[in-house]
Amino acid sequence: MAAERAQQHLAEDLWSDASSEGRPHEVGGAQPGAERLSNLDAVRLALHEAMVADERVLIVGEDVGARGNVFLITRGFLEEFGAKRVVDMPLAEASIIGIAVGMAMQGLRPIAEIQFADFIYPAFNQIVGEAAKTRYRSNGDYSCPLVIRTPYGGGIHGALSHSVSIEALFYHVPGLKIVAPSTPRDIKGLLTAAIEDPDPVLFLEHKKTYRSVKGEVPEGHFTIPIGKADVKRTGTQATVVSYGYNLHQALDAAAQLETEGISIEVIDLRSIRPMDKTAILTSVRKTRKLLIIHEDNKFGGIGAEISAMVSEEAFFDLDAPIRRLCGPDVPAMGYAQPLEEAFMISTERMRAAMRELAQF
Amino acid sequence: MAKTVTARGALDRGGLTDEQLVEMLSNMLLQRQLDNRGFQLNRQGKIPFALGSEGHEGLQAGAAMAFARGSDILVPYYRDLGLVLGVGLTPLDLLNNMFAREADLSGGRQFPNHYTARDRGVLSISSIIAAHCTHAAGVAYALTYNGEKGRAVLCTTGEGSTSQGEWHEAINFSAIHKLPIVFLVENNGWAISTPQSMQMAIVDVADKATGYGLPGMICDGTDPIATYRTMKIAMERARSGGGPTLVEAKCYRFLSHSTDDDDRTYRDRETLAAQRADDPLPKFERVLLEAGIIDDPGLTALKADVLKQTNDATDAAEALPYPSVDDMTAHVYAGAFEPWLE
Repeated sequence: MAAERAQQHLAEDLWSDASSEGRPHEVGGAQPGAERLSNLDAVRLALHEAMVADERVLIVGEDVGARGNVFLITRGFLEEFGAKRVVDMPLAEASIIGIAVGMAMQGLRPIAEIQFADFIYPAFNQIVGEAAKTRYRSNGDYSCPLVIRTPYGGGIHGALSHSVSIEALFYHVPGLKIVAPSTPRDIKGLLTAAIEDPDPVLFLEHKKTYRSVKGEVPEGHFTIPIGKADVKRTGTQATVVSYGYNLHQALDAAAQLETEGISIEVIDLRSIRPMDKTAILTSVRKTRKLLIIHEDNKFGGIGAEISAMVSEEAFFDLDAPIRRLCGPDVPAMGYAQPLEEAFMISTERMRAAMRELAQF
Repeated sequence: MAKTVTARGALDRGGLTDEQLVEMLSNMLLQRQLDNRGFQLNRQGKIPFALGSEGHEGLQAGAAMAFARGSDILVPYYRDLGLVLGVGLTPLDLLNNMFAREADLSGGRQFPNHYTARDRGVLSISSIIAAHCTHAAGVAYALTYNGEKGRAVLCTTGEGSTSQGEWHEAINFSAIHKLPIVFLVENNGWAISTPQSMQMAIVDVADKATGYGLPGMICDGTDPIATYRTMKIAMERARSGGGPTLVEAKCYRFLSHSTDDDDRTYRDRETLAAQRADDPLPKFERVLLEAGIIDDPGLTALKADVLKQTNDATDAAEALPYPSVDDMTAHVYAGAFEPWLE
């Protein structure tokens, strides 16, 4: 009980946008009078539309029913869709995924929720050893159309076990798709695509952007292809590749540098596996410089793979060494505010790194 | 003649017809023949690996008889050769799997005894112990979700699997939702080299059911009729909305864990020899002979037929090609396999 109450406190903290750099981000250009959704609203909208559209879709996870998920994403779903389709699972992550794998193999379209990405480790085998290999090991006899949604990332006073980035642990795994969109429109389009995808998709939602990022979402059904990046800002002097909360900071930093006459292109990766080689190379061949920014720690992270690919494919197009700005290689984010801030990459550090690279 | 009639009357046949009883014996004989064939082929250097189910024949024949083909779903583990035969896989399917042929149901990808056959209601499994139990619970949930009354899931494991958290999680979830599923534990007393006494502090795995609020049943797994009777009750309870059951079938594992194991390093020969008194195969042969359901010539003919089926399947599979390496990148995803999108 006490632990549950503590977790609800955490969730409510997020509602208040309490953060070290808590300035809300508007994306897509503000249009007066237009309804703007938060990232959290976009998750809810995509889930709701999928539940309405397809009877095979169901939601399984901890506290997704009466509580409506600890962030209140599925609030009202239990009343609307019933306990059969909004299933409060026993507190056991391995079987949340394992049972969802069985449902998917039998033709349902489960959306499994891991309450915090940090809690996904007990389900590691089910994701890596089972879901990702179902199609392959059965020679196409079975498939596993499963979505695993989970909030990740820090900057919300989540300490060691409510702040982690998990993408590098999973992006090594063939058979699995991973997406990490960062704006309401991308979340809506990519979550819908993930739910309709015939293979398992790990869907990462950065907690710090749940309420702090708002933007327009087109009405009605639409999808964004998994594997396609998006140029969120065009520029000429350096390319920044990022995703998650960092993406919004990178956009802020690039806008600030414009006043100094420095032109930065910012690519929102959106999908981590598969990853958009064309978008990255096209941009790098134009700007001739690359900076990769991610909150996850540096060693063996997403940036390493991007860096290796660009070195292999575009070495002679580069005018500067590839740079990475990433989380430190320590086990986790500390609870104390200075420790958390030191782990998270500040917009100021991004600005400095961009400036230095542009002037290289 | 009079003696035969008396014996027939005395046989507690669990409602099974003569044909069904002979079918079970035939299944058991075929299991053993195919089992031994796997070990022979390995020792001949023709296949890299084989797993044996010797000692499990009785319970697998009995459980298969309680399985409704075309309706129920089997989520097996890797020591279920007889069970998959009993639900419709063929000797050629199994030999193709042993030889890792292109025609293998997994396309030569999976280890021997790791089956997949959606058309016959057999789920694809990995080697990770008890990871399939939660899948089975998910399948059972899907049956209920879709309102498919009258269908049940049969999920099998060894007793070692009951140490895994996911086994408990699957049973707990199934009990909460009263799912149409039977968890059959084939308790042969050994998990590779680890005896049951090092796996748990209790004698009967079925006792584990109590804590989860579902019935636990125990049967003599060396007796196909006894197993059938128990499994029939459990499967019908599942099919009729009565919820899950845990069934423990006690048996013995006569072979090493696999062709890569040597049980002489952990099991004394005297104990193993003594266990042969409980070998399900000669026991059931005697039962059917004494009951007059089969006679000596009939049994001889059955054994000859089983050997022929095994030889024919061996020859056929051996002559087939390996999978093409061009197929290595197929079925990673529904679409392209490359991690980089161009």
